[in-house]
Amino acid sequence: MNAIGTSVPRLEDERLLLGRGRFHDGVIRPGQLWMRVVRSPVAHGRIRGVDTSAAERLPGVVSVITSADLVGMPRIPVRQPAPGMDFTPYLQAPLATGFVRYVGDPVAAVLADDPYVAEDAAELVALDIEELPVALDARSAADLELECFGGHRAEVGIIEFGYGEVDEVFAGAAHVVSTNLRVGRHSGTPLEPRGLVAEWDDRAERMTIWGATKVPYFNRRVAAQMIGLPEHRIHMLETDAGGSFGVRGEFYPEDLLVPYLCFRTRRPVKWSEDRAEHFVAANHARQQEHDIELAFDEDHRLLGLRNEAWLDNGGYIRTHGAVVAVLTASMMSGPYRLPACRSRVHIVTTNKTPIGTYRAPGRYQHNFVREHALDVAATQLGADPVELRRRNLLDATEFPHRRAIHIFGSPMVLDGKDHLEHFDKALASSEYQAWREQARAARESGRLVGTGCAFILEKAGLGYDSAIVDVDTTGAVRVAMGGANVGQGIETVMAQITAEEFDVPAESVKVVLSDTDILPDGSGTFASRTTVVGGTAVKQAAEAVVRKARRVAGVLLGADPEELRVEGGTLFAPGDPDKRLTLAEIARVCFTPAHLRNGEEPGLIGRSTYVADGMTYPYGAHFAQAEIDPGTGQVRLLRYAITYEIGRAVHPQLVRQQILGGAVQGIGGALFEEFRYSERGEPQSITLNDYRWPRASDIPEIRLDVFEDSPAPGNPLGVRGAGEGGTAGAGAAVANAVRDALQLTGDVGALPLHPERVKELLRRRDGGDADRPARDA
Amino acid sequence: MTAPSDTAPERLPDLVSDVASEPEPAPIPVEVTVNGDPRALSVEARRSLADVLNRALGLPGTQVGCELGACGTCTVLVNGEPARACLMLAVQADGTEVETVESLARDGRLNALQKAFSEKYALQCGFCTPGFLMLATALLRKEPDASRERIRESVSANLCRCGGYSQIIDAIESVATAGADATAGDAIPGDAVPRDATPGAEPTTAAEPTPGTDARS
Ligand code: FES
Ligand code: FES
Repeated sequence: MNAIGTSVPRLEDERLLLGRGRFHDGVIRPGQLWMRVVRSPVAHGRIRGVDTSAAERLPGVVSVITSADLVGMPRIPVRQPAPGMDFTPYLQAPLATGFVRYVGDPVAAVLADDPYVAEDAAELVALDIEELPVALDARSAADLELECFGGHRAEVGIIEFGYGEVDEVFAGAAHVVSTNLRVGRHSGTPLEPRGLVAEWDDRAERMTIWGATKVPYFNRRVAAQMIGLPEHRIHMLETDAGGSFGVRGEFYPEDLLVPYLCFRTRRPVKWSEDRAEHFVAANHARQQEHDIELAFDEDHRLLGLRNEAWLDNGGYIRTHGAVVAVLTASMMSGPYRLPACRSRVHIVTTNKTPIGTYRAPGRYQHNFVREHALDVAATQLGADPVELRRRNLLDATEFPHRRAIHIFGSPMVLDGKDHLEHFDKALASSEYQAWREQARAARESGRLVGTGCAFILEKAGLGYDSAIVDVDTTGAVRVAMGGANVGQGIETVMAQITAEEFDVPAESVKVVLSDTDILPDGSGTFASRTTVVGGTAVKQAAEAVVRKARRVAGVLLGADPEELRVEGGTLFAPGDPDKRLTLAEIARVCFTPAHLRNGEEPGLIGRSTYVADGMTYPYGAHFAQAEIDPGTGQVRLLRYAITYEIGRAVHPQLVRQQILGGAVQGIGGALFEEFRYSERGEPQSITLNDYRWPRASDIPEIRLDVFEDSPAPGNPLGVRGAGEGGTAGAGAAVANAVRDALQLTGDVGALPLHPERVKELLRRRDGGDADRPARDA
Repeated sequence: MTAPSDTAPERLPDLVSDVASEPEPAPIPVEVTVNGDPRALSVEARRSLADVLNRALGLPGTQVGCELGACGTCTVLVNGEPARACLMLAVQADGTEVETVESLARDGRLNALQKAFSEKYALQCGFCTPGFLMLATALLRKEPDASRERIRESVSANLCRCGGYSQIIDAIESVATAGADATAGDAIPGDAVPRDATPGAEPTTAAEPTPGTDARS
């Protein structure tokens, strides 16, 4: 059994390399129509009228709908309720009703027999919208009372976590360091924009939907409830997806409009988002402002942390509800020994595209805010930033480390081995102290070079998932589970976990993802949970198959079932290798009367549902060395290193892919990517030229060391989740490196550190002012 | 499972569009050699080359990430040079030779570059991959022994959102350093250049019509 832990070739690669990827746009159904969404051009307004008549007259147009066609339909619900918080007034309708709340808010949908005609027709829909004042800053908008929300406040609620006597601790602390930090608005923006296809089968009276990712089962439930169809009349089928990062696959307005229009016209409907549309329609993320304070004793030991933050939620509450705020506030307590903590996040609606979860939601922010504040503290205390961390990191004697906090109903138990030991190993493998020397020498010769480090606390594995494994009478092994292929190599990993139990090659296993006809329920792919939770369900389902195969083979071979060995898909008694049965032979026998049992499925089928007790908390470190061009303010990364505690890697190369790719995205948010708005709330970043992803030339070779020192105690595979650790620390490490390069005494103020902001920091530093740039809009 | 059907023909409104509110521009005849096959089409002037490859010519491998020339996802080779098929109109391809990702495999098997992408874990979602493969194909034809820095510079033309870029560079570099011979009979991907062609000589002979085809000149 050597499938797990081996970097086998990815099962997804061949079709993708041959140009035969199964992306949604390749789903072509006979007689298919194209949907185009008409979106609000204003950020906040009262809808006085929508005139669809010219669009309807255009040849090729089949249907144009507005909110008037959806009267009585419920709004899009949240996936994860937050106890004590009522999101009802803030939920989004599939088509704007009465008011529009951001540029891009869907107002009408056009259906035509050609994509170009659908676009033409969408332009003919005349919108009469009375503009209203816009709110673009969460902190100052909190108290607004909004007519569009029935008079409710723009602030949806406050998420608070805490423990210990924090105010007392601060009152008596030897040192208190406080700072204000902001994280810009950026998001996952996968390369393939979103898309869906729905087809109605008149004979079967049911619909097939292609293109849902992330949470297909939730999306089926919501579509069924909103349209008023039994769930079993909707069949979700997987496609390949060109990236998700938490953004693709939530239930968006279009996830209702496509099946609704399909049901209404009984014709296949396709929708392919374009890039500009994606930038205003798909979830934004990240934007927060934080006031953070740290209290230390005489010896620089952390005593307490207080944090007050404002989350710029955008126009509506979307399906994630308060997840970003919860993860920000709860995990602000971080990887350190921290006797007292209080962390609050205000969720405030504004007139921008709504936010959602994007790779490392909350963690990108809390790691940046806490780690940057620690560097500011080091300067103010006259301490070394590395030593300040070492002094306060939890060590082996303190694990498992329980915090008096419950996250999503589960106690927060840091389940690692030794944060301090990890940091020391990371310092050695990255050769960070040498980087610091080089930077110091470079600064002495007049260059603006600096280094920054960050220790990150991550989390992964949440909720439940289900799987079915079956071996048929030809010996073919199939696994169906509730995740989605978003590029992470899930087929390969699920095949490996299944193959391990039967000792067969991974490539011989057929993987089926979130097919609602084969597997009635599953959870999806998000929160670095697919391998942790879904993988465990797969392992348990495969084990159930092996158990039954042993039982049947034991009878046939006259051997003790537990003694039988499984090798190469064959079971045999160790003492008598001639007595052997293949899985195919066993499967055939399973259908004979002697082996049927009341209440047991015939054949070799195993089912399992795995429910995680709580989350696992992986950890790691990020290190950056950066140089600033004093003329342009441009930041160039010279070196970058990451270490990460994975628990156990099912496929080491896929773990590397996840972490390296995640790091590039995190660096993007630290240096380049930002959704900017004009004063009227008009998006200024609607192309990939304005919203700048990192290119190959922006990224140094990243050194990555993945440790397997601390298998997760909470799941049988011992895995900890790999999806987000590469992203979670990038803002922190880059900001700290820039701060060091500029030798600031204060903080950098905000991410991203694009050239204008860096030049402003330089000006202020050289002008002798306080370091902080003025608050910019 | 109901697979996306390859056989159910899409309606082809691209080719014969319905009458719009304005007088319909007449479809324009286009003759283009695609992956060695001469194709004659009649297309509306506004249709992009990417759309026509995908929808009218049944070549779904070329993907579109931005439609504005920024990401390079749609990169194909036109007369041997990388071109952005989202920006180019199909009518502009008249008389040219176009190569897409579908041209790379040899007898249905991955070529050396494709294999290297898999071996070096250079793809995740694979949406950017056809574009990077075509970009690298053009580079390696002209500069079969391109250095790592040269490769990095070249692939900076395209965007990948999933990966760390270093693995894409690793893959291309492994083919460049291995040289064509090291891959046991597999030519440099899509190579139409004679082996003894002078490196860096005029773009490529791929620009010339394949003998026997009816490329317009
Ligand atoms: S799709 Fe053509 S350059 Fe982006
Ligand atoms: S592999 Fe997904 S965009 Fe490159």
